[in-house]
Amino acid sequence: MKRLEEEMIVPEGWGFVETIDRRDFLRLTSTGLMVVFAVKPPEGTFRPVWNFAEQQRTPPDFNAFLHIGANGRVTLLVGKIEMGQGIITALPQIAAEELNVPLDMVDCVMGDTDLTPFDSGTFGSLSVRVLGPILRAAAAEARAVLVQMAAEKFGAKADDFDVKDGVVINKSDSSKRATYGELAGGKKIERRFEGKAALERVAEFTVVGKSAARRDGVEKVTGRAKYAGDIAPPEALHARIVRPPAHGATLTSIDTSAAEKRPGVRIVKTGDLVAVLHAHRDEADKALKLVKATFTPSPSTLSNDNLFAHLEEVAVDKRPFGAAGDLAAGEKAATQMISAKYTKGYVAHAPMETHSAVAAMGTDGRVTVWASTQTPFPLQTQVARALKLQPDKVRIITPYVGGGFGGKSAGAQAVEAALLAVAAGKPVRVTWSREEAFFYDTFDPAAVISIRAGVDASKHMVLWDNDIIGAGSRGADMFYDVPNHRTVTKGSWSGNTGAMHPFAVGPWRAPGANANVWARESAIDTLAAKAGMDPVEFRLLNLKNARMRRVLEACAKQFGWTPKPGPSKRGVGVVCGEDAGTYVATMAEVKVDAATGAIKVVRVVCAQDMGVVVNPEGAKQQMEGCIMMGLGYTLAEEVRFKDGEVLEKNFGGYTLPKFSWMPKIETVLVDSPDVPAQGGGEPAIVTMGGVIANAVFDATGARITQLPMTPARVKAAMTKK
Amino acid sequence: MKPIAFTLNGVAKTLTVDEDRTLLWVLRDDLGMTGTKFGCGASFCGACTVLVDGKEVRTCVTPVSRVAGKKVVTVEGLAQGDKLSPVQEAFVEHVGYQCGYCTSGMVIGATALLNENPKPTRDQIVQGMERHLCRCAAHQRIVDAVESAAKKMAGGRK
Ligand code: FES
Ligand code: FES
Repeated sequence: MKRLEEEMIVPEGWGFVETIDRRDFLRLTSTGLMVVFAVKPPEGTFRPVWNFAEQQRTPPDFNAFLHIGANGRVTLLVGKIEMGQGIITALPQIAAEELNVPLDMVDCVMGDTDLTPFDSGTFGSLSVRVLGPILRAAAAEARAVLVQMAAEKFGAKADDFDVKDGVVINKSDSSKRATYGELAGGKKIERRFEGKAALERVAEFTVVGKSAARRDGVEKVTGRAKYAGDIAPPEALHARIVRPPAHGATLTSIDTSAAEKRPGVRIVKTGDLVAVLHAHRDEADKALKLVKATFTPSPSTLSNDNLFAHLEEVAVDKRPFGAAGDLAAGEKAATQMISAKYTKGYVAHAPMETHSAVAAMGTDGRVTVWASTQTPFPLQTQVARALKLQPDKVRIITPYVGGGFGGKSAGAQAVEAALLAVAAGKPVRVTWSREEAFFYDTFDPAAVISIRAGVDASKHMVLWDNDIIGAGSRGADMFYDVPNHRTVTKGSWSGNTGAMHPFAVGPWRAPGANANVWARESAIDTLAAKAGMDPVEFRLLNLKNARMRRVLEACAKQFGWTPKPGPSKRGVGVVCGEDAGTYVATMAEVKVDAATGAIKVVRVVCAQDMGVVVNPEGAKQQMEGCIMMGLGYTLAEEVRFKDGEVLEKNFGGYTLPKFSWMPKIETVLVDSPDVPAQGGGEPAIVTMGGVIANAVFDATGARITQLPMTPARVKAAMTKK
Repeated sequence: MKPIAFTLNGVAKTLTVDEDRTLLWVLRDDLGMTGTKFGCGASFCGACTVLVDGKEVRTCVTPVSRVAGKKVVTVEGLAQGDKLSPVQEAFVEHVGYQCGYCTSGMVIGATALLNENPKPTRDQIVQGMERHLCRCAAHQRIVDAVESAAKKMAGGRK
């Protein structure tokens, strides 16, 4: 990723650790056109239950910078980070579109707390959805300013000018032309966005909506792309930290003498941290093994075996999520009822890059931390608090992030690196081992979801009673037509309400929605089968939502769905879902090995209505990633634990989706130009549990109500049936 | 400590390090070659893969002494100047990556696979890459990229 310090401003004495504060930055970049802007997220785009402005804590003064320099290059400065989702391409596309410049004239500086405006983090498929319209408006503003400047320069009216490839040209006299660089260079122009500039119409888009080559490709295939663990300030030491064997275990004694004897090893203690430091990571690893530490046993008595009973017992914080009509009336009207309980365990984020951070003290008392994080600004506060510094004394720089999926919203490794750097008086590198990454992961929470539902004689749904423990409410919106429904949540995915869980839980790609959509769509399918109807026809009968219907129909068309009530022995399944403002329908075909219970997913078709699509290829990559990654939580991923110990230590025991699992994947983007761009990084994944469960039911007649659907569970369900 | 000599991306190197040092960390910490990644440290993920005499080797479990007298090629050594190798080019064209963290290992793994079997079937690619993990789940495009790299190389691209 191009960093600003390489591109535009290399002040005298710019070193590894020396930094400039934001005022200096504004001064340094104040030659050229700087658009500083604050816009509220567009009204009416989002579900009222989810107040984005509040969630994103949009600052009142500005959300983003856009700078145009004397060389005509456009630089976007955004607090978001790139972790594979492709916004390093999509955001510049948006700016290039409105500014009428070629995409390769736009640079993007991301996730640096000194250089980019506040941002609450990269999550929730919000980047294009919320920041997109803001960037778009800012770029339009910049373009209007530049056109006005050209008009003044040639003594003409702004309306007489057009912009092509970053050149402002008089419509009737093409000799009257000036490049953006000529217009912006050498001047100090600061504009506060007022939202008056006219936006380009969607139909006229030339960059947005076209698939742009990703801009991070060459760096990533040549090994030049830098991740936090690759940053090595002079004299930096690797730290390996002494860890407890189980959550809740506390240190009782420690003997570091053997480790200390190894050449180059330093032992550093600060607060609760005891760490072995060495210039070479493998030497630090070896020395850590020589540390003898004893711990109290963990008070936890939970394990995979008693978890669900525990969750049902302790679940607190009961919250109504949605309700309408009267459940008793629904029950009376129902001629057929189902009642089911769905359970799922903890799922790890397991990005290939473990949490890493490098911290270095500057001579000016400031601390710089390069971190693999989804939330540079909250992390800045977190690190500052740990060091007892003002936040502006801490700079977080986010290089490329090697996968996050929600797990890098938590940044303990950066705090550890910072504390140890201060204690050691040297830059310190912390890269969690895979075992640490499993141990300290903020897992996707385990959940117990109960559903009672019923249809009347006309096969219309009349009752929906949904009780959700652990997963929270995301994905639980009732978009089917049910006059009498109620959904209640106990505990959410964000935090460990009432100490329900034996370790930390947190956001995991489409938090909670994977569980909720799987449970709901399993129940809907069960109802359809009970009513003797084809599952697609049953859904359409009970669905008025026009966007959802359209996606379902598009999916069925691509899949070649032929109606038949389940179980039809064909092994086909369907799911409808909604997430991050995007509607998605998925169909799958599976084969189940009757002898072993192993599921082979043969084909997946996924249709999505995500509003205006900024980068169709990028959107499809995200959908494909969701489908493949979703096979993991569906078929195999479940964290084993016992008495506070996380039994997953590496990928030997915890299985991620592999090449051989690959189904034939087909993605369909449903044209939806009237809806602003919606989320794309998460929606498709929410459908995976349900679509496979429904396809397995269709193949075998067995309904599996626990995720992951391991061969043993499939086998057991088939025998019971 | 005896000096250990090998070639790294075509350049002769002689290091005086403990012979049981781990190749991954010698590359990253001593030689500054950070393209080779740490993902698991136990031979499960493939992020740390390099070529040793043309074959793929997982550096996280390889002592540096094992490469004495051998030719080591890391992801940084595949391109000739600005000219990407056919595998790298195919990964860019097919977007065989998302976050990019597994990519070094994937590109090296694919290169080794094609060294061994220049005309693999799709199934052979799947089998050949099976032990490389990608959490972003770019699998389909990675397989597409390897297929296309094979075609480029059959057409004479080096
Ligand atoms: S780091 Fe070597 S195989 Fe994972
Ligand atoms: S691209 Fe992220 S792990 Fe493969």
